Amino acid sequence: MTAKVVTIASGKGGVGKTTSVANIAVALASRGKKVTCIDGDIGLRNLDVVLGLENRIVYDLVDVIEGRCRLRQAMIRDKRLPDLYLIPAAQTRDKTAISPSDMVRLCDELRQEVDWIIIDSPAGIERGFKNAIAAADRVLVMTNPEISAVRDADRVIGLLDAEEKGPAALIINRLDLAMVKRGDSLSVEDVLDLLAIELIGVIPEDENVLVASNKGQPLALDGKSKAGQAFQNIARRLLGEEVTFMDLESKNLFQRLLGRKI
Amino acid sequence: MNFLFRRKKSANSAKERLQLVLIHDRTDLTPVELESLKDDLIETISRHIDIDPTAVKINVAQDGRSQRLVADIPLRSVGRRRGREPRSAAG
Repeated sequence: MTAKVVTIASGKGGVGKTTSVANIAVALASRGKKVTCIDGDIGLRNLDVVLGLENRIVYDLVDVIEGRCRLRQAMIRDKRLPDLYLIPAAQTRDKTAISPSDMVRLCDELRQEVDWIIIDSPAGIERGFKNAIAAADRVLVMTNPEISAVRDADRVIGLLDAEEKGPAALIINRLDLAMVKRGDSLSVEDVLDLLAIELIGVIPEDENVLVASNKGQPLALDGKSKAGQAFQNIARRLLGEEVTFMDLESKNLFQRLLGRKI
Repeated sequence: MNFLFRRKKSANSAKERLQLVLIHDRTDLTPVELESLKDDLIETISRHIDIDPTAVKINVAQDGRSQRLVADIPLRSVGRRRGREPRSAAG
């Protein structure tokens, strides 16, 4: 096995990176892939609670890197999906506890074990972000249809190009179709015009996302909700399938998306 | 006609504002620096050829993820320049 390493980054905090990592990992694992997700947000660990695995942590990412345990010991196996693992972040350390080359070494070892490695980047563009992208084969940039999130996403896309980690693909999260229709929210088309990168997913605003994280059961597990389906679609696109975008917007946009190479 | 568009949609404001902000973020070029670049360009070009400084337009245009500096510099025609001979004689 030689895993693909995918990092999800955004610049701005609170746009939904952790939720997306959890759901994309779940979606890939539900398609029979062996997946490990890594919480790169050292000091502000959260992927564990979103996945509902917080009570099973013994070792963390920093323990592996500092040699206190073997890689296997830090991989928490999800009981719902036997091919899904989590390597949690350390909670009592900070981003400087590891370096980009540590991440590359860790992922190189892990690549032999699994099909996909999904890394949750912390917000910001400093050390934690650099650690999170160091080993990435592909980076997905996440934004909301909101002015500050789009600006920060543009900054991250520029940095990824400079680090030769581009071209990034875009996930637009929390799209509120009713607000788009009345002209009070940037549309998918607006955001694509501004950022000028490839689109890999659009997640509609969906209250089930909050309910799912309350319970620690990622939405993509059942796949009935719109947001859950949107995450499943991202997983399928990562696997190389051509999946048409859900009809969340006008026909014009739909046609435009069909014309793109996804 | 204008009253129809009086209530500007907030999404349009967001997009227009972002377009400008992103150009400056990507190029690290502030509107003030752009003005000073324009003045320098006018001065340099005027040393070689007669131009109308008030008609010069300098903009940063977006082309996908790359930016280009677009300068529109109308030249004064030779005929008009001859007509303005007294000025250069006086100078």
